[in-house]
Amino acid sequence: MIRLQDITKVYPMGKRELTVLGGVNLHIEKGELVAIMGPSGSGKTTLLNLIGCLDKPTSGSYYLEDREVSRLSRGELARVRGQKVGFVFQTFNLLPRLSALANVELGLRYSGGGDSRRALEALAWVGLSDRANHRPTELSGGEQQRVAIARALVKKPPLILADEPTGNLDSRSGEEIISILTSLHAEQGITLLVVTHDTNIARHCQRIIHLKDGQVEAEEKI
Amino acid sequence: MKKWFEPLSTAWVGVVTHKLRSFLTILGIVIGVGAVITLMSVGKGAQAQILSNIQSMGSNLITISPGAFTSGGVRTAAGATRTLTIEDAEAIAEQVPYISAVAPSYSSSLQLVVGGKNTNSQVTGVNLEYMQVHNLEIANGAFFSDYDYQSGAKVAVLGTNVKETLFVDADPIGQQMRMGSIIVRVIGVLESKGAGFGSPDDAILIPLTAMQQTVAQPRTAQGGRIVSSIALTVSDEKQSDYVVEQITSLLRTRHQLTPNAGDDFRIQSMEEIASTLTQATGTMTLLLGAIAAISLLVGGIGVMNIMLVSVLERTREIGIRKALGARERDIWIQFLIEAAFLTLAGGIIGVVVGWVVSYIISSMGLMTTLVTADIVILAVSVSVGIGLFFGFYPAWNASRLNPIEALRSE
Repeated sequence: MIRLQDITKVYPMGKRELTVLGGVNLHIEKGELVAIMGPSGSGKTTLLNLIGCLDKPTSGSYYLEDREVSRLSRGELARVRGQKVGFVFQTFNLLPRLSALANVELGLRYSGGGDSRRALEALAWVGLSDRANHRPTELSGGEQQRVAIARALVKKPPLILADEPTGNLDSRSGEEIISILTSLHAEQGITLLVVTHDTNIARHCQRIIHLKDGQVEAEEKI
Repeated sequence: MKKWFEPLSTAWVGVVTHKLRSFLTILGIVIGVGAVITLMSVGKGAQAQILSNIQSMGSNLITISPGAFTSGGVRTAAGATRTLTIEDAEAIAEQVPYISAVAPSYSSSLQLVVGGKNTNSQVTGVNLEYMQVHNLEIANGAFFSDYDYQSGAKVAVLGTNVKETLFVDADPIGQQMRMGSIIVRVIGVLESKGAGFGSPDDAILIPLTAMQQTVAQPRTAQGGRIVSSIALTVSDEKQSDYVVEQITSLLRTRHQLTPNAGDDFRIQSMEEIASTLTQATGTMTLLLGAIAAISLLVGGIGVMNIMLVSVLERTREIGIRKALGARERDIWIQFLIEAAFLTLAGGIIGVVVGWVVSYIISSMGLMTTLVTADIVILAVSVSVGIGLFFGFYPAWNASRLNPIEALRSE
């Protein structure tokens, strides 16, 4: 599903250069549930952005479903994002002016379309059918994150990337989100990659990748 | 369908969320379009009025007036010479085809005395065909007869303004008035044509034959009786150009002009006068529209300003959309549609405002106004164009945002 070969990412910082990723090799099979852990500044989010095609590596190759995507143009990368990848963010990133349903529909808008029936199904799947017409500000943090998960899964992507999905939630809402994510993986067979500090999430994963100073330090199978 | 609907509904939500801001943004466009509509309607109204005046005078009218002529290298002022004669008019009537009526006339300023009133007025000596040539009707009384004309009867026909000045409410028919050294009897009043270019309401008409006895009508060296102008109508408008040509060559022969001398007369068809006048008012209309268009431009800059602010405010939204798979083109189109939506709304409101203002102007009797479909269509499409033009840069800015940085922004 995902194959990274010698991926580096270097940011120019004035005259100096900042190496965020220094030769990452990674292989993730279809249907895996993988956690990426590591201290702040270890390059977790940068790695997730590369895998999610939001960014391009400085060097190295990235194969997504056996297609080399690291040299694609910005427009082609956007297409890949629209069709293959669903994002779940720490800060939810819902559009405040739109209803929960409209936010979920937005997940379909750039992936070839679909109707509001599918969006309602996705909302039902995360247990928020009765909140379809609420604005994000009228929802709790846990509910907002569930809307965000519905938005990510509505287009049925093969890959969902979650960046600290429980980082802004209390532990009870966090548990809910974890159980939704694990059942998403179990029931829909979606490949799931979670960046987290939360050992609670990591416990549910099949594999944990420890990142330190832009390199894979260790991998553990559970 | 959905592709266009979503940006439109987003634009609508944006307008509703920022009601005051949206209102202020499009106010510039509303004022600009309103001003364009109002000023153009004033210009078009003036043009329409002039055309209808000309039409009421008869569009098949041709007038010949004495013109500048060059003598020994000295060019005299137009109208200063006295070269047209009754004999010229008679020759034209006899020799040039497609002419239905010829009316030579001689004007002179004379002192009029009626009762205690004493005024100085322009009196015109005319022949019987004058009425037909100028499309005039008698409202009251009668025009002079062939016998009156032949005998040089001292009778006069008045325009309505003159009648009201001299006789007020009294019936002028049969009344006598002193005109210069003679006494004339009023026999008729002309039907009013309303104020405007060349209105007959100020006219005082007497037989040309009577005129010749009243004032010593000058004669040319050859003994021709001089007239101020010759008006004539053509029977077939399509032949106007041919008629003008024929008259020119006839008059040049009669006036014994050498081939390299200029014409000593000037021929103007109504068509020519009309086109000169509409050209002048058209230029005025365009000028007014251009001034109003400057305020549209200012409004467009206001739209650009707000769109830039909007892009800045919605950076995170742009990041989210990009993460969801929006291409640069999608973002670009979305912001362009929003800008065009704003200015279209401004344009439509502006058309309504301009329409109302021009209606008020004309109903208050200040000026004739005319709102035409082409102005409305032009104004609305220009306002959409302004949205697209001034939305282009902000939309491009939005589309070029880096999704990662955009997602990180507050």
